[in-house]
Amino acid sequence: MAGASNNVHRSIVTTESRSVRWLLTGLALLFIALFLVVPLASVFYEALRKGFGLYFQALVEPDALSAVKLTLIAALISVPLNLVFGVAAAWAIAKFEFRGKSVLITLIDLPFSVSPVVAGLIYVLMVGAQGWWGPWLIEHDIKIIFAIPGIVLATVFVTFPFVARELIPLMEAQGSEEEQAAMTLGASGWQTFWRVTLPNIKWGLLYGVILANARAMGEFGAVSVVSGHIRGETNTIPLHVEILYNEYNFVGAFACASLLALLALVTLALKSFVEWRAEKQAEAARRDATE
Amino acid sequence: MPRLLAALLAAALSLPAVADTTLLNVSYDVMRDFYKDYNPAFTKHYEQRFREKVTVQQSHGGSSKQARSVIDGLEADVVTMNQSTDIDAIVEKGKQINPGWEKRLPNDSAPFSSLQVLIVRKGNPKGIKDWSDLLKPGVQVVVPNPKTSGNGRYTYLAAWGYALKQPGGNETKAREFVTGLFKNVPVLDSGGRAATTTFMQRNIGDVLVTFENEAEMIAREFGRGGFEVVYPSISIDADLPVAVVDKVVDKKGTRKVAEEYLKYLWSPAGQDIAAQNYLRPRDPKVFAKYAKQFPDVKLFGVNEFGGLQKAQKVHFDDGGVYDQIAASIAKK
Repeated sequence: MAGASNNVHRSIVTTESRSVRWLLTGLALLFIALFLVVPLASVFYEALRKGFGLYFQALVEPDALSAVKLTLIAALISVPLNLVFGVAAAWAIAKFEFRGKSVLITLIDLPFSVSPVVAGLIYVLMVGAQGWWGPWLIEHDIKIIFAIPGIVLATVFVTFPFVARELIPLMEAQGSEEEQAAMTLGASGWQTFWRVTLPNIKWGLLYGVILANARAMGEFGAVSVVSGHIRGETNTIPLHVEILYNEYNFVGAFACASLLALLALVTLALKSFVEWRAEKQAEAARRDATE
Repeated sequence: MPRLLAALLAAALSLPAVADTTLLNVSYDVMRDFYKDYNPAFTKHYEQRFREKVTVQQSHGGSSKQARSVIDGLEADVVTMNQSTDIDAIVEKGKQINPGWEKRLPNDSAPFSSLQVLIVRKGNPKGIKDWSDLLKPGVQVVVPNPKTSGNGRYTYLAAWGYALKQPGGNETKAREFVTGLFKNVPVLDSGGRAATTTFMQRNIGDVLVTFENEAEMIAREFGRGGFEVVYPSISIDADLPVAVVDKVVDKKGTRKVAEEYLKYLWSPAGQDIAAQNYLRPRDPKVFAKYAKQFPDVKLFGVNEFGGLQKAQKVHFDDGGVYDQIAASIAKK
């Protein structure tokens, strides 16, 4: 990243003729239109095809509301957990040297490389009735899978890497000089974190949280395995969409799908804003470093 | 923040406890429509009779997948499946249902049945009248995979039984017959709904073999103009069994409601709702009322095969007859 600070002004350096450039740009735009814009538009088109009345009716239907509520609960629990874990892990990895560091980094990435279905099955094998701890859990009347805790666990698992993955490169790039300076000036560990580290990473952190949240609300595979699909109880929005679709209730399915699409759009807007702020922060850091 | 989280967690955990009595019915895919009508009828009946409110929750999916979930701990009070082998699996692998469940209710615990019918394109261009027509060259048959779907298994057994009952029929001939049929199958979908989509939406095949009640679903969703239902000379009686999940109801204290829920399926009201959804009712009076929609077909039961469990072992388990047939077709 160093040395990239002075190429703000870019000029077009291509040898291709204008027609080739137009063709390539056109192809890219066509591709985006076909694969992103049209499907997105069709979600809203299908949802609103029979009018706003039916659209809102589909959204306030008790099973839909319960799906929204469960999705929010899962996100509200898993995102803060990932935030705390992500910051702790990134802090440990970026600011300290220790044995097994690379193993830890690989482990954090695990949920990215494991199929979500497997992620769900892991919990079935561990806490399902026939699983390792199943009999003990049944004896003590603790419900985990096919209930809300299972859905939260699966969501935590699949969103695990987002915050840490976002922060590690950022914190590594920033180095630990500022923290060392704070320490020599007599700051406690907590003060150093709160006053020096956190302000430096806040935009990157927010970016990770937004991504984790989007995944938490949109996750299908892992949650599907542990849900049990009880209507009005253990269905999240994506699962509810599938059920409605299988029942040929297209307006309902697309109305709920439009909630997820809206979430995606909000995420995109937030993401762009945060990226812009993060870029400014990084630029400021680089300026300070070169001065 | 921690307090907020704790409160949320507590709220989340206590959710299931709020309602009065809840019953969870774990069922298979195409039963949605029936239970959508039946559940309100039952809750009304139960409230009138016992002055108690009940909420019935539903979970739907592929029959065998749903059975697996119950084995893994999905707390179903009752299971309503399309094959007795799925309930047997819960008895054996999960032990949540006691053996002998099929004797606890009338008709081997199956309140209604369906049968395999042949669905052909409008005007029946290939002139399909019976099972033997499915073997004709140039006829494409859409059947779900017998390995993964109860629907496909019933089709396989129906064809086998038909061949067995022809003059001079024996096991060898039946096997040849079924091999010939599956040679004409261009795609094997994993389940009944997927096979319907292949036939109706992707427009593949000349014949779709599926349950009689699924034929009615097709009529409702795709209109009655596009296809015709052909009743073969003989078909298999597909019993759709139900059972109370003993371990769960004893723990939750819901045995009374769960048993009443299943018993009410045999009541005139329950049978009537079944008939409205094109499931063949057991009650002769109800059957007579809807006789027009249930043409008379000669039927044989799975007992021809020594029960579904034995049929499963001989025909559908890994290395069984179906696997051998599939391998012999693949070779050619």
